[in-house]
Amino acid sequence: MALATRTDRRPSTTRTIWDSSVGKKSVMAVSGLVMLGYLVVHMLGNLKIFFGADEFNGYAHWLRTLGSPFLHHEWALWIVRVGLLAAVVAHAVSAYQLSRRDIRARPVKYAHKRRRASYATRTMRWGGVILGLFIVWHLLDLTTLTVNERAWAGHPYENVLSTFSTWYGNTIYIVAMAALGLHVRHGFWSAAQTLGAGSARRDRTLKFLANGLALVLFAGFVSVPVAVMTGVVN
Amino acid sequence: MKLTLRVWRQRGADAPGHMASYEVDGISEDMSFLEMLDTLNEDLILRGEDPVAFDHDCREGICGACSLVINGDAHGPERTTTCQLHMRSFDDGDTIDVEPWRAAAFPVVKDLVVDRGSFDRIIQAGGYITAPTGAAPEAHATAVPKADADFAFEHAECIGCGACVAACPNGSAMLFTSAKVNHLNVLPQGSPERETRVLDMVARMDEEGFGGCTLTGECATACPKGIPLPSIAAMNKEWLRAVRKGPR
Ligand code: HEM
Ligand code: FES
Repeated sequence: MALATRTDRRPSTTRTIWDSSVGKKSVMAVSGLVMLGYLVVHMLGNLKIFFGADEFNGYAHWLRTLGSPFLHHEWALWIVRVGLLAAVVAHAVSAYQLSRRDIRARPVKYAHKRRRASYATRTMRWGGVILGLFIVWHLLDLTTLTVNERAWAGHPYENVLSTFSTWYGNTIYIVAMAALGLHVRHGFWSAAQTLGAGSARRDRTLKFLANGLALVLFAGFVSVPVAVMTGVVN
Repeated sequence: MKLTLRVWRQRGADAPGHMASYEVDGISEDMSFLEMLDTLNEDLILRGEDPVAFDHDCREGICGACSLVINGDAHGPERTTTCQLHMRSFDDGDTIDVEPWRAAAFPVVKDLVVDRGSFDRIIQAGGYITAPTGAAPEAHATAVPKADADFAFEHAECIGCGACVAACPNGSAMLFTSAKVNHLNVLPQGSPERETRVLDMVARMDEEGFGGCTLTGECATACPKGIPLPSIAAMNKEWLRAVRKGPR
């Protein structure tokens, strides 16, 4: 028996990935994991605030000299920034497009309503929007210092204290970190499924890791405003 | 038992629909949900009204024809098909909401009947094997490891009812498609089309207007045949592998 030979041409790999709901979701998973990796490092760096202004500001200075003498001043930092921007854009665009598809797929709602899925799962979209807004606020606050009340360029320790001595600075930060914890709780496990690493055998380990990461990130990040508020860091 | 039913009535595909209330009396708890609806329809016919249209065929939980979202749950409160759901799962005096599968890819034909042709087209895109026809091959000619056979069987249980789509907040057909892909992709008989199968079936699934997977797990909870949620991860793995290797 002769098998039919395919004569139609397949689109490029990039096209196939971006045009498919499964492929686009894998873009979301990879970009999410990239951001997640960054956040773990970022959180560890933030904890240096507990060891005084010199250590923290020295660390911030070192970040700018990273890679020297091979890389010019701040180049390493800019490489990371460009990578992160690409990740945020890829993540947000795929999240938006996939969400549109999902909503269109159920044009008529059920009359009998009931809660579907866990809280972390249900809040991925709005939690993501909160994170997106927070990223903008956070950059204006501590990178460009545009909205920081006692901005002092080159002195991140003092700028952090300034942020966390306002009620809104603390509120915005803590709410965003709660959103982050929830997002990572569903997101990390989800990304494992999307990338094909999930299985019945590994499920408990993956859920444990997701919860652990979410908790460690939340606790690590939130320890800073709490320390400033309670005067442990001053 | 005496029950109040609130049932979706819609005269045709393009007609507007609404939830209509009916009282049914004399329901035995040993009746299946469909027999309860038969009782309602007998009443309606005697009263000269249009009976409620709903899908059913085998009534023994194997064909996948029956559907219905009952009080917000696909196939109702038990993990079984609507034809195998018994009225003892309800209490006398209950009000029960009965709605069709809701998904853009499952348009309503009439009342509670939806067109699941989109599932057929996903199957047509790759849910088959290219085997020579003729005399049945010797059963032991192609060895299948036990673990693979179990995996294939688990996924072959899918009866294509569409409860996964109905339960998913995104109207996604990922569980259905993954059951079909995994069933054939793990077997030697399915391996010649291993890459094209998953690429074509997923592409067809997207074209039909199903939503994407956000891993809420609602599909696997609703599945009367217990197709597990990790099936989706297994299909994602096959899909990414096929993209990497390129279809043969
Ligand atoms: C621009 C802000 C963000 C938006 C709008 C956003 C939105 C989303 C949405 C809608 C999903 C899919 C949820 C679902 O499948 O149920 C998702 C998944 C995910 N997000 Fe985000 N998110 C944002 C920021 C982040 C950040 C900062 C991280 C880093 C920790 C992250 C990590 C993840 C991961 C790992 C996933 C899982 C991907 C998958 O399901 O395969 N996201 N995000
Ligand atoms: S009627 Fe066949 S499965 Fe329910």
